[in-house]
Formats: sequence, structure tokens, C-alpha cells
Amino acid sequence: MGILEVKNVGKRFGGLQALGDVNLSVAENTVHAIIGPNGAGKSTLLNCLVGKLIPDTGSVMFDGQSVLGRKPYEINQMGISRVFQTPEIFGELSVMENMMIPCFAKRDGAFTPNAFIDMFKDREIVERAEQMLEEMNMADARNDNAATMSRGNKRRLEIGMCLAQEPRLLLLDEPTAGMARADTNNTIDLLKQIKDERDITISIIEHDMHVVFSLAERITVLAQGTPLVEDTPDNIKGHPKVREAYLGETQDAA
Amino acid sequence: MFGLDKKDFRLLLLVAVLVVLAPFLLNPFPEGSAMAQFNAGYPDLMQRFVIFGIFAIGFNILFGLTGYLSFGHAAFLGVGSYAAIWMMKLLTMNVIPAIFVSVIVAGIFSLAVGWISLRRSGIYFSILTLAFAQMSYSLAYSVLTPITGGETGLQPKVTDPRILDGTLANGATPKANLFGLEMGSSFEWSVGGWLFTFNAGYYVAAIVMLVAFYMSIRIFRSPFGMMLRAVKSNQQRLNYTGLNAKPYTLAAFVISGMYAGLAGGLMVAMDTQVGAERMFWTASGEVVLMSILGGVGTLIGPVLGAGAIKYMENILSKINKEILHQWFAFMPDGIEDILVSLVYPFIGKGWHLTLGIIFMLVVIFLPGGLVEGGQRVARLFKRKKPAEDGPDGKTTPAE
Repeated sequence: MGILEVKNVGKRFGGLQALGDVNLSVAENTVHAIIGPNGAGKSTLLNCLVGKLIPDTGSVMFDGQSVLGRKPYEINQMGISRVFQTPEIFGELSVMENMMIPCFAKRDGAFTPNAFIDMFKDREIVERAEQMLEEMNMADARNDNAATMSRGNKRRLEIGMCLAQEPRLLLLDEPTAGMARADTNNTIDLLKQIKDERDITISIIEHDMHVVFSLAERITVLAQGTPLVEDTPDNIKGHPKVREAYLGETQDAA
Repeated sequence: MFGLDKKDFRLLLLVAVLVVLAPFLLNPFPEGSAMAQFNAGYPDLMQRFVIFGIFAIGFNILFGLTGYLSFGHAAFLGVGSYAAIWMMKLLTMNVIPAIFVSVIVAGIFSLAVGWISLRRSGIYFSILTLAFAQMSYSLAYSVLTPITGGETGLQPKVTDPRILDGTLANGATPKANLFGLEMGSSFEWSVGGWLFTFNAGYYVAAIVMLVAFYMSIRIFRSPFGMMLRAVKSNQQRLNYTGLNAKPYTLAAFVISGMYAGLAGGLMVAMDTQVGAERMFWTASGEVVLMSILGGVGTLIGPVLGAGAIKYMENILSKINKEILHQWFAFMPDGIEDILVSLVYPFIGKGWHLTLGIIFMLVVIFLPGGLVEGGQRVARLFKRKKPAEDGPDGKTTPAE
């Protein structure tokens, strides 16, 4: 059984059946990509996993526990971290503060009114955040305002913030969308490194076939709200149904 | 020191010195001189400076850190005031229980209001808080008259029970005190043409204000304060980082409500009366203006804003037509009249117009408020300095 088990999940928005009957199993310590043409329901599925949406039918189990009905922060505390399509960081805060917040969240939980210590005198948190910044090669930017960074660096920081929580499952929503080629390749390298160095399951939604085939070990193809096929990258490449639904237009990218 | 880093400790020390020396600093002009009307060093106004300073410091913990704009904080000030006056009626004229209970009651009330209002954010949150404050105001004016005194308000009376105080001597009136030290008592010191007034009530309020300011610095620098700034910066990321924004914002709301209650309690301690108009929505708007004018989200800004507005309210509004004629008397008659009629709309009852213009100028040209203005001036001087020192001038540490 996989770390993430999605069973018979359906979601309807008014007259639109965004998700039909989705079954998905993500095995532990793999990189599992979910691809599909626009409007296939990829983002809806992701939002159902992190608590932003509640599916109409079906169940979502993470590590044997249901995530349905839980708030996003509770699901995060269970061990699922999410990276957004446009990097979501704390723009008004410094890079170091950005990194300290997930460290506090990991250690102190969802709410700790810790008002009577100086945050920079909390050695444990400061050391952990500094170590994470080192790992992300961002130690030099420590005191910079996070909003002033390049998009690639914001993405790097966001991924670092997620990793600081030591999640068991990292969800990435088109992590390279809108990025220049160099930034895209850097992100791929970073994700490869994460996959090699950590015990972590990565699930990735992506348009860019270069990214998908560089990283994924399993691929699920979603079309019109239902999984078309799930297989290894090599088999997906040649799959006639997939070509028809999706890759037909982007053969060169594959 | 006190768990503060050097920079913050210097700021606290500076504020403490200014507050202690305020009777001198605010009275720079000799009595009877033409400029004496600009003196602000009389007890009533000095008390208002520090009390509204506390109000604004608390408001800034909510608005400055989390970005939630409350338009109903005057309600907590009013509730604190009523609680304090009831302590004075029932228990004792000593200000300690009055102030203490005003903070507690305002805290409980703000917990209820915050619990409901924080279900929404942005403009809807502002409107909800405004609605609550106006409801409190209307209730205090009408159905709650037995508790609030309605239109006439409340004052300690000779006939009140006051179970901790002994019976008053014949003909004596109840006066607010701190273990016998009357809040209204002052020591006046006359030097040359100057008259300096040291008021007991002012110094009590000032000490409370310094404690309130110190606590606000601690909150700003704590992990809790960082979480509040994170709420303002990106609530989505906060939720997906495993943090529950609601209790953080609610805690900030209650803390700022308790600050407002403290200010209300101190108002009663200084001037033993309450009226419902203290809760009117304009009073809530005033503290918003104070924060923005001084600098939202800065430590010292709200105090500066409170001082600036209270100064204008009390000094500008006192200038009348006769005084203007005196000022422009050196001009030829026709021009004097023109000048007086030009300036007149901006003084006296028209001080709101001046406040409005200043507010607009600050928001447009100094979005960081008076604090940003101060920083810009400081930067101007700093840029000049190294040039004078020459190339071997030591670099000043960054502030």
C-alpha cells in the first residue's frame, strides 16, 4: 500500500464534473508525476489532497489516516507539504525569518503563543534554519527581504521551507511554471538532489515534459477528470492513448 | 538589557527619558509670552498623550503586525472605562483595582468580539468590528442606562458603597488615588518666567505606558510577533506551513483590546467620569489615524501619531480669531484681514481640516508615517557625515 491512497474521488463544480472517479496510489519514497492537458483536473485533485477542497465522493488516506475534513494546517502537520505554482513565501519578512517559521511550526505545532523570548535567541531554531539555508545555498541572502529575490530563488526558498518541516510527502504544483530554462534546470537538479538525499515521497504536477521525464519514476495521466493510464515513464512515452489525449501535440518536448 | 537588544533598549531608554522630562520639554515657552499657547505641558494634555499612546501601541499590535484593520477599538476603551468606574463606585477609589479590572473586562469583551469578527478578513472584518462598536455605543446610550448612566454617564458619588474605603469625611468628595496619592495632585515649579507642572496622575500613567511599550517591543521581537507578521504577509503560506492563523490573530486582537481597556481604565483614573461618546465610531477612527500618521507596524510610530493628533486637537483648536489678529498685526490692515480669513478655517474648530491635510500629505509622501520622515532626515545627515570625516572616517554601524 502506498503512502498516499486516493480512492474513487469525485468533485463537481456546478455542472462541471472536475474529477470523475480518481484512484491513485503513490508508493513511498518515489517520485510520482501527475500529468494531463489543461482542465484535466490536476489542480482540483491536488487541492483535495491538501484540504483546500473537500471531494464530494471517495476517500484520501495518507499513511493510513484520512485527510478528509481536516484543515490545511492539520494536513501539513500530518507530514504533507505543498509547493505552489507561484512561489508562496512571506515577502515582507527576511529570508532567515522565512526559514524560521516552518522550523517553529515543526517543533511547536500549529499554535504556540511564544511572546516572551527573542526569536533570534532560540538557538535550536536559529541553527536549524541556518542549516537549511546552507543546504539551499542561500546563506548569503540571510538578511535579504524575501520579496526582492528572483523567481528561481523564491522557488528554492519555498522548497527549502517545506523541507525544513521534514515532510514525508512533498506536493509540487507546476514548480517550474513561468521559469527561464536555466532556472528550470536548477529546479530539476535541486529536486533530484532532494530525492537522492532524503527519505521523501514527491508528487509533482507538471506541464513541462522535460521536467516530468527527468524526475518521475511513475506517471499518472489524467484526462477529463479521470486517470487514463498509470505506468513508468518509458511506457507512458509510447502509450497510444496518452499520445492521443495529450502528447500528440508536444512530441518534440518528450 | 531586560531581554532587549541594544537598539531596542536605546529606544526604550529614549522614550523613558522623554516621558519623564515631558513637563519641561512640552513647556518651552515662558508663561505669558505670545508663544505660551503652544505649551502642552499641562497635566490634562500630558495624561492624554500617554493614555492615547497606550491605546495606539495596542492597536498597532493588531493592525501593524497582522494587518487586520479594526474599526471598533473604541468599544474596548469604553468597556474598560465603565469597568474602572464601577470599581471606583463599588470597591475603592484606589486606581489599582480599577485599572486591573478594566484590562480584564476589555480582554473578555474583545475575546467575544474577536471570536466572531475574525471569521472574516479584510473589509468585512473592519465592518464587523465597526458594527460591534456602534452596537456597544447604542446599548450604552439606551437600554444599558442602569449600568452606563446613559446620556449623563457615570461619576463616583459620595453615596456610593465603596466597601474597601472608609466613609468619607463630611463634605469630602471621592478622589482617585494611588494608596493615598491623589491623581489630581500636582507639584508646580516656577523658574524665571517658566512654570513646570509635575502631576502625580501623569507619572502614574507614564509608568504604565512605559511598561506597555516595553511589552510591545517584546511581542514585536518574539516568535509570536513574527507569526503575526507572517499572517499579514501571506496567510496562505502560513496555513500550508502547519500553522493555524486564527488563534494567532485572535490573540493579537485580545491583546490590543486589553491595551485599549488599559487606556480606558487610566482615563477614568485621571478624570473620574465616563460617557458613551467615548465609544463612538469617530473615536475608533482616531486610533487608526494615529497609527497611520505615526507609522504602522513601527514600534514608536503610534506613540508619535497619538502625540501629534492630541497636540493638534488641544492646541490648534484653542487658537481663535483674536489671536490670529495679534499674529498678523504687523501687516497693513487690509492684508491682515485677508491673511486672517485665509488661515482661520484651519484653526479653532477647523483643526480637523489641518489634520486632514497633514494626514493626506503623510499618506501620499511618507507612507511609513512620521517614523519614515524621521528616518529620511537621519539618512540625510548620515550621508553628509562621512564626507566631512574624510576617507579614513570610521563607518557608523547600520541602524
